[in-house]
Amino acid sequence: MGVLSKIFTAIRGGAREAGEAVVDANAVRIFEQEIVDSKNHIKKAKDSLTTVMAEKMQAARKLDAIKNDIAENENYAIKAMDKGDETLALEVAEKIASLEVELSEQQQVHDNCASHIEKLKSMIQSAERQISENQRQLNIVKTTESVHKATSAINDNFMSSGSQIVNAKESLERIQKRQQMREDKLKAAQELKSEEYDQPLQDKLKEAGIMASDSTSANDVLERLKAKK
Amino acid sequence: MNLQDLGLHFTDVSLEGYKFECQLISGEVEVLQVVIEGFEEIPIYISATDMQILCIAYLWSEDEVKAESKAEMLEVMMDMNIPMPLSSFSKVQGRYVVFGALSVNSRFEDVVHEVVTLGENSVESISIMSEFLK
Repeated sequence: MGVLSKIFTAIRGGAREAGEAVVDANAVRIFEQEIVDSKNHIKKAKDSLTTVMAEKMQAARKLDAIKNDIAENENYAIKAMDKGDETLALEVAEKIASLEVELSEQQQVHDNCASHIEKLKSMIQSAERQISENQRQLNIVKTTESVHKATSAINDNFMSSGSQIVNAKESLERIQKRQQMREDKLKAAQELKSEEYDQPLQDKLKEAGIMASDSTSANDVLERLKAKK
Repeated sequence: MNLQDLGLHFTDVSLEGYKFECQLISGEVEVLQVVIEGFEEIPIYISATDMQILCIAYLWSEDEVKAESKAEMLEVMMDMNIPMPLSSFSKVQGRYVVFGALSVNSRFEDVVHEVVTLGENSVESISIMSEFLK
């Protein structure tokens, strides 16, 4: 049974804390051991594969040599018959017969090697699949365990810092309030900037006497004092 | 992935317009707490295994859910899972979470992008789901 289905079963069984319920101390060790075993299998299979492939090549070379030998001897036999030397032709024919026996033996060796290679290759393939499957399962176990431990660390930290867990709605309100304040500030800053932008025009208006000047000159003061007298 | 280095990276820079504050929480498994400026109430927690980096944000606990609308809430969460970029909903020890998983070979920029997206998704999720919450 896969780890995921174990977690599912644990959750259905009412175990809310899936991490604790499923990840027994041995799970990680078992998966890691299985991965090591599969890797060893692959290594051995690859060693054998190299040997068997070499054997197959050797057998193929021998097959070629025997076939050449047979062809050559067939030539000899024909030539002997052409010369009317039946005895010699028969001797050569016997040699050919024995070569043909050797040929079929060597063909057998070659075919055996070929099927052995196929078997080794599919063995390696399934071991590789096994490894990736185990790694996936291992990852589920490790992640579950890690999240569980991380959550505990976060909770402990929360407790020790004395802060209390804030209600989600309250958090949202605070965040939104701050965002609103930042936006307001930004708006105010922009308004201020646009006022500054208008300054030169206001200066011109004051200079032209259209807009009342807000600074008083010494002359203005004297005028005012004289008027009071 | 060394979480301490990751934390230094985070505090060192301002990325995607955000600033970060990090704290390494030690325990049986190391956890990096990343606080995104502006999203202080929803920290992102990062942990790593041999294979993946896991970023988690806690949304709400089981007892914050209105009992009568739980089924509907779960339906909405299922429907939202794919449209929500880079993150998925889950539940850890009685608390609803959004999480994202990255390969351990991810670049630092990818982790930052994940964290920022997670922060934004969290706020949006709570906002969408608040009708189901007490």
